[in-house]
Amino acid sequence: MKTSDLFEESYSALTVNKVRTTLTMLGIIIGIGSVIAMVAIGQGAQGSIAARINSIGSNLIIVTPGAQRGPGVTISAGLGSSQSLTIADELAIKTQVTNITAVEPELSKRYQITAKGTNTNTNVIGTDSSYPTVRNVSMDTGSFINDQQVTDAMKVAVIGPTVRDTLFGIGSDAIGQTIKINSMQFKVVGVTAPKGGSGFANQDNMVFIPISVSARFLVGSNAKGEPYVSTIAISADNAGNMTAVQDQVTQLLMARHKVADSASADFTVQNQADIVSAASGVASTFTILLASVAAISLLVGGIGIMNMMLTTVTERTREIGLRKAIGATRADINFQFLTEAIILTFTGGILGIIFGWGTSLIANNFGIASTVTVASIVLAFGVSALIGVVFGYYPARRASKLNPIEALRYE
Amino acid sequence: MIECKDIYKSYFNGGVETKVLKDISFAIKDGEFVAIMGPSGSGKSTLMHILGALDTPTSGTYLLDEHDLSKMPDDELATIRRTKIGFVFQAFNLLARSTVIRNVALPLVYANVPKTEREKIAAKALLQTGLEESRFQNLSNQLSGGQMQRVAIARSLVNNPSLLLADEPTGNLDTNTGEIVLSTFQALNKQGRTIVLITHEMDVAMHAKRIILIRDGQILSDKINENQVIANPKKDIDGN
Repeated sequence: MKTSDLFEESYSALTVNKVRTTLTMLGIIIGIGSVIAMVAIGQGAQGSIAARINSIGSNLIIVTPGAQRGPGVTISAGLGSSQSLTIADELAIKTQVTNITAVEPELSKRYQITAKGTNTNTNVIGTDSSYPTVRNVSMDTGSFINDQQVTDAMKVAVIGPTVRDTLFGIGSDAIGQTIKINSMQFKVVGVTAPKGGSGFANQDNMVFIPISVSARFLVGSNAKGEPYVSTIAISADNAGNMTAVQDQVTQLLMARHKVADSASADFTVQNQADIVSAASGVASTFTILLASVAAISLLVGGIGIMNMMLTTVTERTREIGLRKAIGATRADINFQFLTEAIILTFTGGILGIIFGWGTSLIANNFGIASTVTVASIVLAFGVSALIGVVFGYYPARRASKLNPIEALRYE
Repeated sequence: MIECKDIYKSYFNGGVETKVLKDISFAIKDGEFVAIMGPSGSGKSTLMHILGALDTPTSGTYLLDEHDLSKMPDDELATIRRTKIGFVFQAFNLLARSTVIRNVALPLVYANVPKTEREKIAAKALLQTGLEESRFQNLSNQLSGGQMQRVAIARSLVNNPSLLLADEPTGNLDTNTGEIVLSTFQALNKQGRTIVLITHEMDVAMHAKRIILIRDGQILSDKINENQVIANPKKDIDGN
């Protein structure tokens, strides 16, 4: 039997009962479609988490006071509130560590902020002119805090767009206005461009002031009378040097803080890549979860195929008998029924990919990030063909084994 | 050329042996028109299955064109059926919702004949059975019983078989339509086709040139039919 004839025979057999064929195929379409869509949404989530984390800075290494954290989340009461990192540490990193493009200190604390009768409660970050470089911040209007303002401890502030919207009204011009932090007046010199993000990580709901001002007038100095910082953020010159920079910073700070064992260090050095990989680990678990739910529906679709093929074999027993009587071999019958199953799953697979792709595009429209990858399409395609073979095998074998005499007599 | 020698066939059912054919021996030369007649349960269907290479005898030999089919494995029997045997069944066994031409060409699909060639051969066979050309593209289930059986006969001819086996071909037809079908067989026999007709009706058997009578699995008589009836259908109800 020729391949073209095999396809023609199978095609015409499938079109005899169009409703049944369509319904059976629907099982595969939904199965493959949901696998594609779910994986797309999962990977989209992974992508957007990575993008969000990257938006907080490029090649970022963050040093915070407090105990070293292991993988995962360790709840530690003192984390971030310890005062062991100082401006002097920041200066040492700036001058002694190589392969870095910028370093900036941060001293943050939440304050009630008021302006013209409105008020908000947000994070006030004392920092210097390197902040925009390290943290990927760009300006909407005005300019960021400059070195002169830090040196002179001028009471100027740069506010995030959310703060501007809350205090002065949405989209209003805040430059030159005055805000009060802890009853102290600050002149607004700039507004940062929106970055997105939410909750504690909201990059837009922040107020920046010179670190000298925050050390001198707001937060104060630590027990030893040294101005301290809550974070030191370092930007490595490229992604490949991240680990090297991280090691240098750790060594330097251990020497400065006279710590011999890294396990008992009073600071933590975190690499942005670690944060990204931890977060995308969560997202990939989420992807696997979604995909396995979808895979179950694919399995159910496959069982539907098998069910239909078994019914077909019973219904067409006489036809099988006839085909054998006119000279079809076992292999001919076997291939014909297998081809029918594969045509079903293959066509269902193609339609399922279109359906899944469409779903992911619609999800994108509703703001759910989703990415359809070539790998997931190839996988879905392979799986659908495999389902045809696996679930078509048994019915086809049963058909090929029918005794022609009994098959011809079958009522 | 068919030669059966000492053919026995037994079935085992729950350890009990049922002898269906006992010591069957006969020969059929090319160009003969033989009716194998017997009541139900006589073993004529089993004999037909053996002659048609659908089954093999328990013992004895069956030669078809010098091929010994008695011990042949399944796939080789399939090849014999594909190349040497044409079947006509009582229930026609056409593929429903397929065109007449596709039904007739079906055996050639398994013989790897290209599609255009197939349809040419099928059309020729259909004309031999007297089905009008306007019906060729009809679906098989749109035909009358007589037309369906002629399509089935055409299908049995496309592989140019050495043996045409008809199993109660008039069983599902009224007398006049049956006559049409029998006249088709007689015409084909006149062209030199070897035909074996299996029936339980004397009227039908009388159309053959030779009658083998079977009862209880044994040949009761094997005679030349001196009074062969020539099929004479009345005006065709299909208008043919």
